[in-house]
Amino acid sequence: MKKLAMIALVALCAISFVFASGASESTQNVSTDGSTSMESVIGSLAEAYMAENPNVTVTYNPTGSGSGITAVSEGRCDIGLASRALTDDEKAGGLTETVLALDGIAIIVNNSNPVNDLTLEQIAALYTGEIANWSEVGGADAPVVLIGREAGSGTRDGFESITGTEDLCQYRQELTSTGDVITTVSTNPNAIGYASLSAVSDSVKTLTVNGVAPSEETVLSGEYLVQRPFVMATRSAEPLSEAAQAFFDYALSSEAAPIIAGAGAVPLN
Amino acid sequence: MNIKKSKEDVIHFIFLILGLIAVGSVLVITVYLVISGLPAIREIGLVDFLFGTRWASTAAEPEYGILPFILTSIYGTAGAILIGVPIGFFAAVYLAKMAPRKVCSFMQLCIGVLAGIPSVVYGLVGMLILVPGIMNVFNVPDGASLLAAIIVLAVMILPSVINVSLTNLQAVPRDYEEASLALGATTTETYFRVTVPAAKSGIFTAIVLGIGRAIGEAMAVMMVAGNVANMPSLFQSVRFLTTAVASEMSYSSGLQRQALFSIALVLFFFIMLINATLLVIKKRSQTV
Repeated sequence: MKKLAMIALVALCAISFVFASGASESTQNVSTDGSTSMESVIGSLAEAYMAENPNVTVTYNPTGSGSGITAVSEGRCDIGLASRALTDDEKAGGLTETVLALDGIAIIVNNSNPVNDLTLEQIAALYTGEIANWSEVGGADAPVVLIGREAGSGTRDGFESITGTEDLCQYRQELTSTGDVITTVSTNPNAIGYASLSAVSDSVKTLTVNGVAPSEETVLSGEYLVQRPFVMATRSAEPLSEAAQAFFDYALSSEAAPIIAGAGAVPLN
Repeated sequence: MNIKKSKEDVIHFIFLILGLIAVGSVLVITVYLVISGLPAIREIGLVDFLFGTRWASTAAEPEYGILPFILTSIYGTAGAILIGVPIGFFAAVYLAKMAPRKVCSFMQLCIGVLAGIPSVVYGLVGMLILVPGIMNVFNVPDGASLLAAIIVLAVMILPSVINVSLTNLQAVPRDYEEASLALGATTTETYFRVTVPAAKSGIFTAIVLGIGRAIGEAMAVMMVAGNVANMPSLFQSVRFLTTAVASEMSYSSGLQRQALFSIALVLFFFIMLINATLLVIKKRSQTV
């Protein structure tokens, strides 16, 4: 009897294998590799694209901008993803840069904070602890409480690279989501934080940087400084595969723009 | 082969499989943790890993010292026990011996509800009420601190401390108390000199369970402790072993990810230690 049960179990396993493998017939693969900051943008684009084209699989490997660029130049993926502009060396090495979208990062403080504007240098000085009191930048006589994101977060990486404060930030709190940052800043009158532009609400005050308020227009025009490009890098010498080219065109189409905006970035089209 | 016998066999076989699921899960988790946790320790060096005081996993020159996390977890748990156990213990004595029956059943209902509240809710309430509260009461720049985490953990361990102590206090034979009362002791004397010592091992069990709950909690702590890898200090932002793993895992890669598994391995070791203590306590109380 035990044997019979065993046979039934094995048969069940075998059947499930057959059915599982039967589904993967004639699918085309588009591989992307790179920036962790672009996870939500690429993720939602891939999801929408695969819903329309069920025979195409878009994969995304979150390794970081540098690794993504290496991967595409070595031919290990179709499209490399970088959340920074390509360097001249990288372009000379045979890569083409196509800007997919722009990412604006808002600098936020508590609604009761009298400060309205900071320069990029002041923001860097605040976050490295050089300026430790709000009175030095025109606020009340109170200590500055620095709120940031956890190591590895794309927003943190973006903020620190734009302000030039990599590994120097003297955070008081490292929170794991944009929502937590906004909540914390809204409950502490001395807090300053950063968050993706699309996520900011009325519960906190968004600062102007060098006199420019962040918005889609000022990010697109380049006037608002705390921003960076989301780049798709491709090999200049050889054309993309048919499936990859179709996805590439889709990502840049006006159809994809609302999806990119929904994922928190500013689309170029 | 008769049908009844074979039916029995089938049922036994199914139950065996179901039992093996639990055993299998423990084995798989243990083996996986050890395999994925050891490479980073070997690469960083055991001493540098356990006793290094600086954690900078994504810096240009990364450093992986987890002493701040270990100490924070120990201090945080100790603090929660120091506050939570006396409250829970005296509440249990009151409920078991002194409370009128209506009060007792109402309080037990509340404790049941407290035990069922998800930890993210504890975290949210802590973040919105406790953290600003600490900031105002102690006049510090920011309330997210070890103290906030200790208070949240102390409340979270209350249900298990109260319930286990209560069960054990109620299990003390009535004869002991009556003998003490007959010898002229007051009721309070009786409870603390007779009932409580008789329930001693059960109360230790309650404390150890509380430690286990406190050291393993991640979500609520992550929302109130600030999560900066500082050496622990009461009003500083701190990071626990659990939150160190939870906060960086989603975007980690390479050695950073392996080091996070190593932290989980250290945490696992602590939990095993607590379980072993629990076993020893149970064994001892059986032999007495």
